Amino acid sequence: MQIFSKDKVYNFMSKSIPFIILSIIMMLASYVLLGSKGLNYGIDFAGGTIVQVKYEGKAPIKKMREQISVDKMFEKASITEFGSPSEVIIRFMSSSDSVKEDLGDIITKLLQGTGKFEVRRVDIVGPKVGGELREKGIMAMVVSILIILIYITIRFQWRFAVASILALIHDISITLGAIVFFNVDVNLDILAALLTLLGYSLNDTIIVFDRIREEIKNSKSFDLFEIINFSISKTLTRTLLTSLTTFFVVLTLWMFGGEIIHAFGLTLLVGIIVGTYSSIFVASPMLKWLKFSVEDYKSKEAMKEKNKIEKDKMRAQYEQGIV
Amino acid sequence: MSKGGLNYRLVIFFLAVVFGVGLSMPTFLQTEKGAKISLGLDLQGGLYMLLGVKTNEAIKSKIKSIASSVKFFTDDNDIVIDSLKIKGESVTLTLVDPDEEKNLDAMINKIPGIILKKDKLDYTLSLNELEKEATKKYAINQAVETIRNRLDQFGLAEPNVAKQGIDKILVELPGIKTGADEQRARELIAKAAHLQMMTVDELRSDRAYDMSDEEASEYGDVILQDARNPKQKHVLKEVPILDGSMLTDAKVGFDQMNQPVINFSLNSEGSKIFGDFTGKNVGAHLAIVLDNKVYSAPVIRERIGGGSGQISGGFSIQEASDVAIALRSGALLAPVKLLEKRSVGPSLGADSIKASMLALALGFILVVVFMVVYYGLAGVIANAALIANLFIVLAVMALFGATLTLPGMAGIVLTVGMAVDANVIINERIRELFRQGSSISRAIEKGYDNAMSAILDANITTLLAAVVLYAYGTGPIKGFAITMSIGILASMLTAILGTHGIYQYFMPRIEKSKNLALWFGIKGSVK
Repeated sequence: MQIFSKDKVYNFMSKSIPFIILSIIMMLASYVLLGSKGLNYGIDFAGGTIVQVKYEGKAPIKKMREQISVDKMFEKASITEFGSPSEVIIRFMSSSDSVKEDLGDIITKLLQGTGKFEVRRVDIVGPKVGGELREKGIMAMVVSILIILIYITIRFQWRFAVASILALIHDISITLGAIVFFNVDVNLDILAALLTLLGYSLNDTIIVFDRIREEIKNSKSFDLFEIINFSISKTLTRTLLTSLTTFFVVLTLWMFGGEIIHAFGLTLLVGIIVGTYSSIFVASPMLKWLKFSVEDYKSKEAMKEKNKIEKDKMRAQYEQGIV
Repeated sequence: MSKGGLNYRLVIFFLAVVFGVGLSMPTFLQTEKGAKISLGLDLQGGLYMLLGVKTNEAIKSKIKSIASSVKFFTDDNDIVIDSLKIKGESVTLTLVDPDEEKNLDAMINKIPGIILKKDKLDYTLSLNELEKEATKKYAINQAVETIRNRLDQFGLAEPNVAKQGIDKILVELPGIKTGADEQRARELIAKAAHLQMMTVDELRSDRAYDMSDEEASEYGDVILQDARNPKQKHVLKEVPILDGSMLTDAKVGFDQMNQPVINFSLNSEGSKIFGDFTGKNVGAHLAIVLDNKVYSAPVIRERIGGGSGQISGGFSIQEASDVAIALRSGALLAPVKLLEKRSVGPSLGADSIKASMLALALGFILVVVFMVVYYGLAGVIANAALIANLFIVLAVMALFGATLTLPGMAGIVLTVGMAVDANVIINERIRELFRQGSSISRAIEKGYDNAMSAILDANITTLLAAVVLYAYGTGPIKGFAITMSIGILASMLTAILGTHGIYQYFMPRIEKSKNLALWFGIKGSVK
């Protein structure tokens, strides 16, 4: 089976302006969402308490709310269905630091008489821990971007590194926008999903860049657009296939993986789509705007090659005892 | 014609598969022996807690014990002092007889880490910074030890208590099955188990209900509740005679009424202090105080030697046993506080396993079928690598005794999607070479060559992201990073080396059949 006709080179670069405009609009929309509505931090980062309760039969949410709000501390607690009508999540911002009796116990007591239920999960995150986790999360993002920047600079050239990081920022921004849009609670798992995307999106971009690097070496052309078009076309099947297989598994994770990893799956789904798009339409044109010169790159590579040959020669001579 | 047959790549792949299948078997079959993957608390249910230590309380209790030793020393040497009091983080006292100044100074100077301020005969003792830090540090380490001891004696499977960072304590209890169990474990952890012998302030014992805490503290007193009757209060001297640090054993016993009690014994120093005190104070009341509640306050009838005592207080057998455990494993120098708690019921864990297994199975089937449809036998070869990859991931996890968490499962599912990537890249390169008219063996060999740099760069960047995730992640997220990393590394072995070996093995057959549609899923023929 084959999806794309074998030797056709698609002219992606000619359409790069409209796509870049689309990207900018999406990013701006995401920033507006992030700025206005803001990220909805879950208890991992904001601190607070979650109690997951499963009832035999439908959960009496209204009655639960009445009984819980007897205690002033829980007035603002949110009670929402979780996956099925019999299961609910009670969430509130406060947390207690007593080991002996925690807020979960108090909620359990307050819920007595609402029906037969089982408390399946109690998560309490104190404000200090939440703050620490948030700091660590941001650090993780920054550090991994820096490390990757360095790696790509070494393996390719700084323009490739900058282009891929810009594509990465594009992906993360739009995914964050989607997270706000879909009202996803941002917890540790979302951070993990974002970092996975970071790796995944780069993965995609690097495959294309690798082909561009190879093509610069092999082709006689000095036209960057032509080289990019050729490289993207050649890697197109791979880009789509891998995205597709990954998309499949994430889709099953999202659909069947259970409520707890639902948000994780959703974040990845959006991210994979955006990441695939960006490796084709964002990262590569970026090379041109960063004033990447095929000529310079070729001559530098040639220099490197020459130096290497010379070094080898020297070594050979040295080993033979001539020098 | 290539010769085909066995080659080093295939042998390595074969060994990797044997390793993978062999070491993941104990996990699959749940055998008694062999390293297995253990399930994380989110999958098997259990309690995870991150505790902090209220270290300021440790300094207060240190001050208190200094006050106790001053009291014991002065009583023992008949040095008369007045108004021995605890003020915040310092001890104050007034020496009555100036002739004893030298003696008292010498004694105080023997206590390490003390700053002594004197205003004529008014003494103020406090801890220096170094001693404060040491006390805090000690309190944390002691809390870790104490909680570990208590949980070990509690009888749960595999409790894990570890110090995390500088001042946090991680507690993991996988064995917890019910809410009641959890509550009991938490109470046991939180119990200060602070046993004190105190004297009743006979002068002011009738003022238990009309005196404020502040006023009591002016007199060097403290007002405490009765354990059995919360409405009853006692006025006690703030500085205890001795405390639980001199306790050697605590056991559950029964009194004449057949009620559970806790019998404790003191070490020799404690016995001496106890004996001396009771000998000198016949007729006074002695209060046995546990965690700031008065359990009994009997009249001292005679000198009590032997250093043993009893706490009775209407315990249930379970309570008495928990109190005894707590006393035996020592008091917490400072109370612990809850920073983070995650408790998952076993039924939720089972649901999570079911759901994530379903996702894994479905995702796996989709990918496998897709690969065969798209690539023909090349897809089958890629699938073989994928299956080997899964086994190796499980085997490595078992080998290192890793814990499989829900995010870890997600990591494995994701690996399934991404592990075929290398084969997709390779197969596309091979197809490309066929289109350029390469021969079969050249297309395959060159295909692997061409694909290599892309695969390496792509995998290394993903790996870098995973390593960072591991370094900054906590708990379950680390599990995700681990499975992802192992998956990526294993895929290099299986998807690159392994499939290459398989192609080389079948090379003569592929060359003979020349059926590109069957082998590589493309139309066309080769020379």
